[in-house]
Amino acid sequence: MILTPEQQAILNGEKGETLARVMETVVRYGELFGAETLVPVTGKHNHLVTSFGLKMMTPVFDLMQQLIDAGALSGQTFSVDPRPLDKNVPANFLQKLIFNNFMYSKQESYEEQLKQLGLMSDDAFTCTCYMDEVGNKPQKGDILSWAESSAVVYANSVLGARCNRNSGIIDIMGSIAGYVPCFGLLTDEGRKATWIVEIKTTKKPEAQLLGSAIGMKVMEDVPYIKGLDRWLGTDLNDAACTYLKDFGAATASNGAVGLYHIDKLTPEAKELGEALIAEDAQVYVIDDAELERVYRNYPVIWKNPDATPKLCFMGCPHMSLEQLKNWTDKVENALREAGNKKVLIPTVFTAAPNVLDAFEKTPYAARLKATGVITSYICPLMYMNNPLCGKMPVITSSNKLRTYTSARYYTDDEILVKITKGGN
Amino acid sequence: MKQFQGRVVAPGEVKAEALVSHGGLNTLASFQKALQFGDKKATCGDQNNPDLYGHEMAGKALCLPMTIGSTTGGLVIYCACAMGRQPACLLFSRPIDSLAGAGVILADVWLKGENTKMPVVDSLGDDFLEAVKTGMTVTVKNGGLVEIE
Repeated sequence: MILTPEQQAILNGEKGETLARVMETVVRYGELFGAETLVPVTGKHNHLVTSFGLKMMTPVFDLMQQLIDAGALSGQTFSVDPRPLDKNVPANFLQKLIFNNFMYSKQESYEEQLKQLGLMSDDAFTCTCYMDEVGNKPQKGDILSWAESSAVVYANSVLGARCNRNSGIIDIMGSIAGYVPCFGLLTDEGRKATWIVEIKTTKKPEAQLLGSAIGMKVMEDVPYIKGLDRWLGTDLNDAACTYLKDFGAATASNGAVGLYHIDKLTPEAKELGEALIAEDAQVYVIDDAELERVYRNYPVIWKNPDATPKLCFMGCPHMSLEQLKNWTDKVENALREAGNKKVLIPTVFTAAPNVLDAFEKTPYAARLKATGVITSYICPLMYMNNPLCGKMPVITSSNKLRTYTSARYYTDDEILVKITKGGN
Repeated sequence: MKQFQGRVVAPGEVKAEALVSHGGLNTLASFQKALQFGDKKATCGDQNNPDLYGHEMAGKALCLPMTIGSTTGGLVIYCACAMGRQPACLLFSRPIDSLAGAGVILADVWLKGENTKMPVVDSLGDDFLEAVKTGMTVTVKNGGLVEIE
């Protein structure tokens, strides 16, 4: 890799041993992927994936402390993924005991580390940092050192920023160094699509199901998706952005997609159109039968597949303000039709703290509360990753949550029926 | 015996029993419960990976095309190495992906203990993943040469 004199000096240890190791990490990471240069990080804020004081991550906290002790801090402030705990979310005595005293026993000390490292604010805990209410929304063309698969794929695809699918820890290393290696999704060539996905469904495809199907097919490749504008339109309005948030999270968790282009909708596809498609791109056609096939192939790992659900999580990734409002209407109407006053399954809607604050200022908040739905800033994924939840029949319309936990996936419409009308 | 030549990502020689995943390894889904709850054998918890689900990964020659899923993947690999619960080696048929690559580099730069080592070879080719079967003996030699028998 060709380094500038300033980069070489850091690597040589002229700014201390710890910064030299940070630079070595960034350089070796780049060399692995053929990067020939480092480019400056230009985004205003960083975003880190590691928000949880999981005891298993003690080696990470030790590393963070090394950085703090050496004064190897980033020039950027950052947001970070959601907190793993919230007392508003139902948990039994044993769960609370395990969460607080065993699993997340490092939460408090880790949050203190995050503050020292440059946390934007006490509320900057969300996977959807790009929401207007949160304020970490990159500009088109910004170079980022982000992690969090759902945020990276959103920043690349919907906002037109440039970021590789960085891992946790690498995210902060690039930010501290001030440079990231130029490869993959940072390059024009790496942003070309090697798959054409043709949507031929007879109705608007479920975002999380479509993303899952595409993620499992193309894995880490870039898909160019045709036919979705028929259902989403050609403007990146709130509804389209919310759809793409959920769609992208599923592509990134069910596969390893870091960038997708939606014909006539996403910024680069609008600018460059089919010039974004690489030669010899493969084709994947998605119709109703294909989505049904994908859905029916999801394994159900509940001990009793016919168990009555004990908890419903919505909001992985965190819900948008528009989603919270829409779901308030949907839950109210469905309860009315069913002749019920409150949801029949304990149901948690999760969103960024700042989005929840904005929601609380609307009349929808009181209406949603009246339905019995709980709102929270928690990370459902972190809540569920323990042996007690493994045996718990939890339902969700998040394909990311399904992938990483024992939660069972249902479509949005199916979830609505289950929480308002009951049934297994 | 068959031989395959790949690229060295993290150096080292090792001989171990093969554990083969034909789909991508979802690192977080595979390792999280094992690392969190003291499973020294690192039993795979990824319900979506029929090749690996329920199999012990620690000490095995983990043969795979790539890793997938959450961007915590690299730090999960870093933690597995720091805690001594890593596979004996990672052998990728494809060029290594950015999440696994990050974890391997982080472990190599920041961890210095002997029991944290994990040789990694990538770009072994599709033929490698077709030939190697779970339970075979895999030998990784310096220079990225991998033998299966």
